[in-house]
Amino acid sequence: MSNYIKLVALGLVTLVAMIGINYARDTAYMVHAIIVMFVAGGLFLYTVRRTEEPAPAAAPQNEYFDSVVRAGVIATAMWGVVGFLVGTFIAFQLAFPQLNFDWLNGYGNFGRLRPLHTSAVIFAFGGNALIATSFFVVQRTSAARLWGGNLAWFVFWGYQLFIVLAATGYLFGATQSREYAEPEWHVDLWLTIVWLAYLAIFLGTIIKRKEPHIYVANWFYLAFIVTVAMLHVINNLAVPVSFWGSRSISAFSGVQDAMTQWWYGHNAVGFFLTAGFLGMMYYFVPKQAERPVYSYKLSIIHFWALIFLYIWAGPHHLHYTALPDWAATLGMVMSIVLWMPSWGGMINGLMTLSGAWDKLRTDPVIRMMVISIGFYGMSTFEGPMMSIRAVNSLSHYTDWTIGHVHSGALGWNGMITFGALYYLVPVLWKRERLYSLSLVSWHFWLATIGIVLYAASMWVTGIMEGLMWREVDANGFLVNSFADTVAAKFPMYVVRGLGGVLFLSGAVIMCYNLWMTVKRAPAKEASLAHAVPAE
Amino acid sequence: MEEYTFLRQFADSWMLVLLFLFFIGVVIWVFRPSSRKTYQDTANIPFRHEDKPAPQVGDITGKSKEARS
Repeated sequence: MSNYIKLVALGLVTLVAMIGINYARDTAYMVHAIIVMFVAGGLFLYTVRRTEEPAPAAAPQNEYFDSVVRAGVIATAMWGVVGFLVGTFIAFQLAFPQLNFDWLNGYGNFGRLRPLHTSAVIFAFGGNALIATSFFVVQRTSAARLWGGNLAWFVFWGYQLFIVLAATGYLFGATQSREYAEPEWHVDLWLTIVWLAYLAIFLGTIIKRKEPHIYVANWFYLAFIVTVAMLHVINNLAVPVSFWGSRSISAFSGVQDAMTQWWYGHNAVGFFLTAGFLGMMYYFVPKQAERPVYSYKLSIIHFWALIFLYIWAGPHHLHYTALPDWAATLGMVMSIVLWMPSWGGMINGLMTLSGAWDKLRTDPVIRMMVISIGFYGMSTFEGPMMSIRAVNSLSHYTDWTIGHVHSGALGWNGMITFGALYYLVPVLWKRERLYSLSLVSWHFWLATIGIVLYAASMWVTGIMEGLMWREVDANGFLVNSFADTVAAKFPMYVVRGLGGVLFLSGAVIMCYNLWMTVKRAPAKEASLAHAVPAE
Repeated sequence: MEEYTFLRQFADSWMLVLLFLFFIGVVIWVFRPSSRKTYQDTANIPFRHEDKPAPQVGDITGKSKEARS
């Protein structure tokens, strides 16, 4: 019976998408309508073929739901390479403007590709990593199978559809130009549905848990899911110009709009890229180090302090603007106080290795996790410093900001995700071990040197350009034109691009290594499940 | 009093005190005398049930294993 309701719904969606292709007011909307038509039509045929067939056996409750996690691991690795590739390309577009080819103009110039890069790495790579690891971790730490059955597959594929719609939208020019929230209203609505299903699965699993306590990693994941839902809905409040077009008008205006955007923007950093990934840290670092977290008490204080403080930090993006001074000061103070929980969490992660520091020498995966925590500490030191009004007057609008974001994103988010992938693939595909540890070492060094090149060149060029912008001569006239600073930055832009090449090649090596782990590494035998550690 | 001023004054007085007290409460709660044993047990959650969920009620096939004690 439920299949017939599904068929009616899918048929209607296909029909509306067809009408949308006809009435579409812009190219991006038409492309989206075509994608939706094919997806809904394809699902219609798929459902028709399964109607009136005997129902498949119910999923066994005494096993974990891992197939969706495996799909998530593959998606994470794939989107990661795509995102890094686009990032490296646009880095070279900045160094060599000729790469903004004439035949690509309007689709593949820097302005169109830049949101494609940020969304691909944050939401496609990072988001898939968070969804996959949260599904893995919440099952293991709740000792229960994922709640909601195939709803997890809906979340996985629904999220991939969101990524494809967002990416094609950028290329064809549908953007509401809100930082990290560029997709237009119809894509936002779809993401809201997917995200609420994700929240339901996660909460449902926690509610039916068999462990008396909720492990700290799940607290961080839950905070990430709940807060992102709230941020996403409020930041994207908008009125569409037409049901048949992608353009919409924000519900806010002026400085309120700016404040809403940065309340969203900084909490995207704080809850998507920090709280969610801290959930990863609190599970995978203890697992890889084979010892429990250094201090569980500290982890609880870490959680509440981080949650209470991050939500206030947004205004530090709006120093010297129409935003009232008290609000900017509030954001600045809260950002500085954030030093405490950030470093508390970093110490907690690092000290988990106490008594096992020798593993740093023998296990490149733990080395990757440790350097990611190191970069977390570094960028959470740099960030509060840059939020101070006086420092911000030099750093804002310069490449220093871009360098800061990348030491956090490549160093902390990238490295902890790589570490988690290296842990997950042998477990999920039931392999004895990784295909090659020396390839992990190669990845580690390529990525680390790449980040160092990136961050160092952006420090130099950012501070240089900040100083050039404020330089005045004896009569009070500005010494440098904007084009002078662009010309001066050329060598650093090339170094930054090379850093990107190194980071990207590390990720490609990882994909090869993971692929060969599934194909070639010896299968894990049941009797070896409790084997003694190699030493 | 207009709504903005009211909310602003409420936020930096009563709400601030309330949130701060909640946070202090969390810290005191965490360091309560009997917490050590509880948290030791909780911190070891990742090392149980690695391959299979805890057995259902009435299920005698699977017995959970403790990796660490």
